[in-house]
Amino acid sequence: MTITQIAILAFVAIPLGWLTRKWQRVNLLLIISILIIFWLQPALPLRYLDFFLPTLSIGLTVLTWALTASPEVRHQKESKTSAVITLCVIFFLATTRYLNFDNFLTPTRPPPIGQVLFLLAIFVVGTFLLARQKSSSSNTLLWAGFTVLVILFIILKTPALALIASRGWRLFIGQNASLASSSDIYWLGYSYLAFRLIHTIRDRQSGRLPDVALGEYLTYVIFFPSFSVGPIDRVERFIKGLRQLESAYSDDILVGGQRLVVGLFKKFVIADSLAMIALNPLSATQAQSPLGAWVLLYAYAFQIFFDFSGYTDIAIGLAQFLGISLPENFKQPYRKSNLTLFWNSWHITLTQWFRAYFFNPFVRALRKSRKLSAGMMILVSQLVTMSLIGLWHGVMWSFVLWGLWHGIGLFVQNRWSGWAKTRLAGASLSTRTRRILSLLGIALTFNYVALGWVWFVLPNPSQGWQFILLLFGGA
Amino acid sequence: MSQKINLWRLLLKTFILFAIFNFAFTLLPFDSGSSISIYNNLIFGRERLPFGESPTQSYNLSLFDLDAMFASHIVTDTPKSENEYRVIVIGDSSVWGTLLRPEETLSGQLNRLNLSVRDKKISVYNLGYPTISLTKDLLVLEKAMQYEPDLLIWMLTLESFPADKQLTTPLVAHNIERVQKLDTAYDLHLDLNSDALLQPSFWDTTLIGRRRSLADWARLQLYGVMWGITGVDQLYPENYESAKTDFEKDELFHGWSPPELFLDQLAFDMVKAGFRITGEVPLILVNEPILISDGKNSDIRYNYFYPRWAYDQYRSIFSEMSLENDWAYHDYWDIVPAGEFTNSAIHLSSAGEAILAKAISEMILIEATR
Repeated sequence: MTITQIAILAFVAIPLGWLTRKWQRVNLLLIISILIIFWLQPALPLRYLDFFLPTLSIGLTVLTWALTASPEVRHQKESKTSAVITLCVIFFLATTRYLNFDNFLTPTRPPPIGQVLFLLAIFVVGTFLLARQKSSSSNTLLWAGFTVLVILFIILKTPALALIASRGWRLFIGQNASLASSSDIYWLGYSYLAFRLIHTIRDRQSGRLPDVALGEYLTYVIFFPSFSVGPIDRVERFIKGLRQLESAYSDDILVGGQRLVVGLFKKFVIADSLAMIALNPLSATQAQSPLGAWVLLYAYAFQIFFDFSGYTDIAIGLAQFLGISLPENFKQPYRKSNLTLFWNSWHITLTQWFRAYFFNPFVRALRKSRKLSAGMMILVSQLVTMSLIGLWHGVMWSFVLWGLWHGIGLFVQNRWSGWAKTRLAGASLSTRTRRILSLLGIALTFNYVALGWVWFVLPNPSQGWQFILLLFGGA
Repeated sequence: MSQKINLWRLLLKTFILFAIFNFAFTLLPFDSGSSISIYNNLIFGRERLPFGESPTQSYNLSLFDLDAMFASHIVTDTPKSENEYRVIVIGDSSVWGTLLRPEETLSGQLNRLNLSVRDKKISVYNLGYPTISLTKDLLVLEKAMQYEPDLLIWMLTLESFPADKQLTTPLVAHNIERVQKLDTAYDLHLDLNSDALLQPSFWDTTLIGRRRSLADWARLQLYGVMWGITGVDQLYPENYESAKTDFEKDELFHGWSPPELFLDQLAFDMVKAGFRITGEVPLILVNEPILISDGKNSDIRYNYFYPRWAYDQYRSIFSEMSLENDWAYHDYWDIVPAGEFTNSAIHLSSAGEAILAKAISEMILIEATR
């Protein structure tokens, strides 16, 4: 998001926060969120796709709601109203093709109305078929929904598949397929949207999903402050804030404003400045000395933190204007004395998501199988979970390596902690010694994490290795 | 919240405080603080003045604050020792070294020759700056005098002389105060009311008005870190578009037709001012090499910049004026073969610079032994 976009969002959120306290809270938030996800979607070189992708985001969300909602909730009047509102807003956006709006709300000219109606009809029929089930969706259907979301995720995050998809769309729409590129399809917010939807599917399967009306569900998934940058809230937490206002409007504006200013400063002053001197594939080949290489690496480590946590602050601040408290995503991660604590305070909502929906079930499955020793079980589960977290950023070897780096680190730290605990159980350490050990832990953890960023930022693992050699004077 | 805060009162206070801070900025001198620099402190100074159109790749940027620019240059932090004979070269992009690494530029090559005279090592500093204008050169020259040169070399070409080129270069346009001072001190008769010169308003002196120059200063410092780490200060593309050698049948030069150049439209008064600025310190004028094309219509034009009639007259005028005024003047217009020009009729390859450096080194040695 640009600073102008954020300013516009703030100017929208402040009066909207006041208005939604008085009137039509869910419906207003829904309408504005739909308009904003279309507005935020970047223009794409693939004709009409920048209109269809936000439409798909909404369509998939509605279908997943129909899949996960209980039969009683599916037939509530308010859900039907939300469905009509959603259709009307998308239809209105599609009609701007014929108005002289100069793409004010959409990145490019919307597709012909017939094409939009056709896509909407598919979603309406799909939702209708799911909603008319008399009982909750079967496990098979829920897994099918899960699979569709994961397949879409894999296509978007795998350059080779994204290229094929781009070619396919170009051929379908009548554009030159030879111009296709793997970066053609930029689906704003899909990584977060998919994880929110999968969370509700898995919670439905485990019977933990609360009853949520369509309007609330849609607002949760496409809530504009957190749509493109997270955090990945849990639905039961989100709707609690949506249904019940916890603080006065002026307090929300103050708290939100403070958070927004901090976020803007982090992102546009600190992170963007650090970006000028941060490690990237070009500077990695240009650094002439180990000292210079460390400067690049540390700059990147702080840049990615301030960039991401700045955006999170902005999202939290904007949401607060609307009376909704989003969860924290960062809690001073570089001040943690071991890797486990680091991962408890870095991109917290993503880590929690993986813990809840992959790590814990995976460990339970390994335990049941009784084929691995306790140590091996920890190693395998850490490596697989962290590799998946790596792959969430993109299906590339560099991200797998980054995940494995952290998986190994977490395993070693786990073993070390266990070993040290038994050895130091009886030892009485002075406060000073504890402080020194803590500082050493912080330095070690930070440097381990920083070295991990080499794999993350350099797309070619051999370049990453060369850079690591340079850091230690070996290149 | 533990203490109730009045939102409107808070917003009002914020606004008032910001307004006070914003306007308090107007009390500071316009260029205050810009000479504070990480260059020559935390990192080595740059070997040429900052200039760049692709900052994220070249780790360099164009700014208009001469103090900040000089503060980033290595000359600022190199105290002149008794064993140093200091030479400063000024001029346009051909001196600055477009497409060349610092060591390949004219100054870089002169330093590689390890010249010395009477037990003094000859150190050459590159204070060239891209864009062609004698007024811009004068701004740099005046500032360069602070660094105790023993000899100044001013590389010139006809394109920098026309009156219409004097104020349009961004470095000049954004430094009206300095230009005014030069104009008054050396009676330059510049059109100070020209639209090309950007007259700062009151608002331009506030914090908000100065945000661009403050941001440029900050970026210059940050890119300095990258300069220190990588030694890169410019893009060095493997492929570039070579200078044109085929031309239309066009004899015009800045709208002037043959047969005569308008002497009153050529800024020789800038050259005179240059000698007044340098005073006792010797200043050598060099007519820099140009590309002599042999393509289509090269009987009419030497290159993209110059029709033959205009350039020939310019050389003859320059030579006559040098004799009249007793200027030290060297004409090296044709010493570099056409194959050693790069993307412009005045930009030389490394080998071309070596040829020029050899000629200029002889000139320096003669001057230094006087």
